[in-house]
Amino acid sequence: MEWLQQLINGISLGSIYALIALGYTMVYGIIKLINFAHGEVFMIGAFIGYISITGWGLSFFPALLLSMAICAVIGVIIERVAYKRLRNATRIAALITAIGVSLLIQNGVIYIRGAQPAAYPEVFANKTFNLFGAQISTQAILILSVSVVLMIILQFVVHKTKIGKAMRAVSYDAEAAKLMGINVDNTISATFAIGSALAGAAGVIFGIYYTKIDPLMGVIPGLKAFVAAVLGGIGIIPGAVAGGLVLGVVETVVSALGFSLWRDAAAFIILILILIFKPSGIFGKHTREKV
Amino acid sequence: MKFKRAWSLLAAMTLGVGLLAGCSDGDGDKGSASGSKDGGDIKVGVNLELSGAVASYGTSEADGIQLAVDEINDDGGIDGQKIKLVKIDNKSDAAEATNAAIKLTTQENVSVIIGAATSGATVAQAQIANDNKTPLISPSGTSPTVTVNEKGDVNEYVFRTSFIDPFQGTVAANFAYNDLGVKNVAIYADNSSDYSKGLAASFKEDFEKAGGKVIAEESYVAKDSDFRSTLTRIKSANPEFIFIPGYYEEVGLIVKQAREMGIDVPLMGADGWDSPTLLDLAGADALNNTFTTNHYSADDPDGAVKAFNDKFNEKYGKSPDAFNALGYDTVYLLKDAIERAGSADSTKIKEALEKTDGLDLVTGTYSVDENHHPVKSATILEYKDGEQVFNTKVNP
Repeated sequence: MEWLQQLINGISLGSIYALIALGYTMVYGIIKLINFAHGEVFMIGAFIGYISITGWGLSFFPALLLSMAICAVIGVIIERVAYKRLRNATRIAALITAIGVSLLIQNGVIYIRGAQPAAYPEVFANKTFNLFGAQISTQAILILSVSVVLMIILQFVVHKTKIGKAMRAVSYDAEAAKLMGINVDNTISATFAIGSALAGAAGVIFGIYYTKIDPLMGVIPGLKAFVAAVLGGIGIIPGAVAGGLVLGVVETVVSALGFSLWRDAAAFIILILILIFKPSGIFGKHTREKV
Repeated sequence: MKFKRAWSLLAAMTLGVGLLAGCSDGDGDKGSASGSKDGGDIKVGVNLELSGAVASYGTSEADGIQLAVDEINDDGGIDGQKIKLVKIDNKSDAAEATNAAIKLTTQENVSVIIGAATSGATVAQAQIANDNKTPLISPSGTSPTVTVNEKGDVNEYVFRTSFIDPFQGTVAANFAYNDLGVKNVAIYADNSSDYSKGLAASFKEDFEKAGGKVIAEESYVAKDSDFRSTLTRIKSANPEFIFIPGYYEEVGLIVKQAREMGIDVPLMGADGWDSPTLLDLAGADALNNTFTTNHYSADDPDGAVKAFNDKFNEKYGKSPDAFNALGYDTVYLLKDAIERAGSADSTKIKEALEKTDGLDLVTGTYSVDENHHPVKSATILEYKDGEQVFNTKVNP
C-alpha cells in the first residue's frame, strides 16, 4: 500500500502548509499585504513551544496554547510597528518592509541563540498503527486533528462572530466599513493576532512532527504556504486549506515518483502555472471591476 | 573532513600581520645533553586551528601531538635527537594558515610541519611546503584534494594521517557485504554535498564489485526536513540495508522517520554522523542497528589503543577522541620516517614518508599509496542505546 502511505505523508505535510497559509491569506484578504514575516512568526512559535516543553516542563496542549498566545502578541506588535504607518503607502513599500521584518527576526534569533538546530523532545509516546498496510503514527493523527480543529474554529470565528463580521466588512471595503462604525485598526490587529496564532501552532506541530527546528526554518515553509494561498485563491480561507493540502500531496507525489530533488521546484512551478492560467486561484471567482 | 574554507578570504586577508602570531614552545636546549649525533633538536612546526571556528579539532590534535612528543623525548628522542615543537595558531583561517607556514619554513627553519586539521587550511599551505621542500603532514584533512591538486598532480611534500573520504565508502561497502551479509541495498545521499556524493559513489562501486546489488538510489538536499515520501519509496523496494552518507542534521531526521515507517534494516553512514546532536534528533531507540565508519574508537580492544587511552587519560584526565588519536599518530608517523631516513633532513624525511609501509598506529595500520593517500584500516562503530560501541576494524 505504497500509495496510501504516500497520501498520508502528503496530507500530514499539507496540513502544516495549510495552517501557515491561513495566516497569509487572512492578512492579504484584509489589507492586501503579502506578509513575508509570517514564516518567521511560525519559527518563533516553534521555539516558544520548544522552550516551554524543555525549559518549563509544559505538556503539549499548554505549550501549544502558550505559543499561540505569544505569537498573537508578536503578530500584533509587528503590525503596529512596521506596517501600520505604511497602510496608505504603495503596496511595494509594504512588501519590502515585510521582507525586512522577516530578515530582522531571523537574524535576531540567530543573534540570541546561535544558528545551530535544536531537537524537539518527544512529547507523546509515539505509536505506529497499521492501516491497510500503511504506517500511520499517533503524531501524524494528532497533527491532522489539531490542524482540522483549528481550521474549523477559524471558520466559525470568521463567519459567526462579530469580529469575523468586521473582518469580512473591512476586506470588502475598508472605507465603507469605517463609515459604518467599524474600528478598522482593531480589526486589522485582530486579523494579525489570529493569523499569527495559527502560525505559532503550526510551528509547534512542525517541531513535534519533524523534530528539528532552527532559526531559518520559516523560510521554505513560509514560501510554500504563500504558494498554497495563491493556489487556493489568495484571500479565501477554504482556498488556503485546499491549496496547502494539494501542495503537500503534489510534493509527496513528486518524491514518490523518484524526483525528490524536484519537490521544491514543483511547488514553484505550480505557482507560475497558476499565475499564468488562473491567477484568482482554485476557489477564486472572477470579479468584475466596479466603476 | 567537511571544511572547505572560503578561498576568497585568502586573498583578502593575506595582508594581515598573522606572521607575528606565533608562539614557540619548549626551551629546546636539552637536546645536546644526551649526546646526539649532530647535537641539535629536530624542529617540528605545528600549524593548527587552536582558536576560531574549528578550534576543537586543532586543540584536540595539539594535545595528542604533545603527548606523543613528551613520550618520545622522555624515551631519549629519535636517534638521540629530541623533538622541539614550534606551535602556531592559524585561527581556523586559510590565510592565517598560509602565513604560519611561511613563518615556519622561512624563519623557524623547521624540518617538517604538522597541520592543519581541516582540508581547506592544509591546501592553503601546500604550495609553500612544495616550494620550500618542507614536508607537511595533515592529521585529519580527509579531502582527496589535500594531496592531489585539481590538475591531478600529487603535492609532492604533502602527506596525511587520516584516510580520505571515498575510502569510508569502500569500507562501508565491504562491511555491509562481508560482515552484515546483505546483498540488496539502497543508497540515500545528500545531493548538495560533495562529501556525501563521493561516499555514495565509492560505496556503490565497491559494493557492486563485491557482488551485491544497489536496488534503489535516492537523494535529498541539505536542510530538507520531510524525508517520509522518499523513505516510503525506498521501503517499497525492500532493501536489506540503507547507506546514508550525510551530516548529522539531516541523518538524525532520516533515521527517526525511517524507523517510524517501520524500516528496521541496518542503516549505515560515515564520520559525518559523529555528533551528540544526532542522538537528540533521532533518539536512542531509532539509532539501534545503525553503523558508522570512523577513524578510531576508544573501545577498540587492540593493545596499542588501550595503552594510548591509558596514557592520554593520565595526562589529560579524559578519554581521547579521534582527533587526539590522529594528532598522536602523526608524530609517530614522523618518527618512523625520520628513523628510516636516518636524518632529520626535510627531503630525506619526505622520501621516507613516501615509502611508509605497514606501520602500526593507534588509528590502524598505515601504508601510503602513490597519491599520498593512506591505505589504513577504519573502525566501525555501532550505536547501542545511544552509545557508540566499537564493532570491528575493517582493512582496505
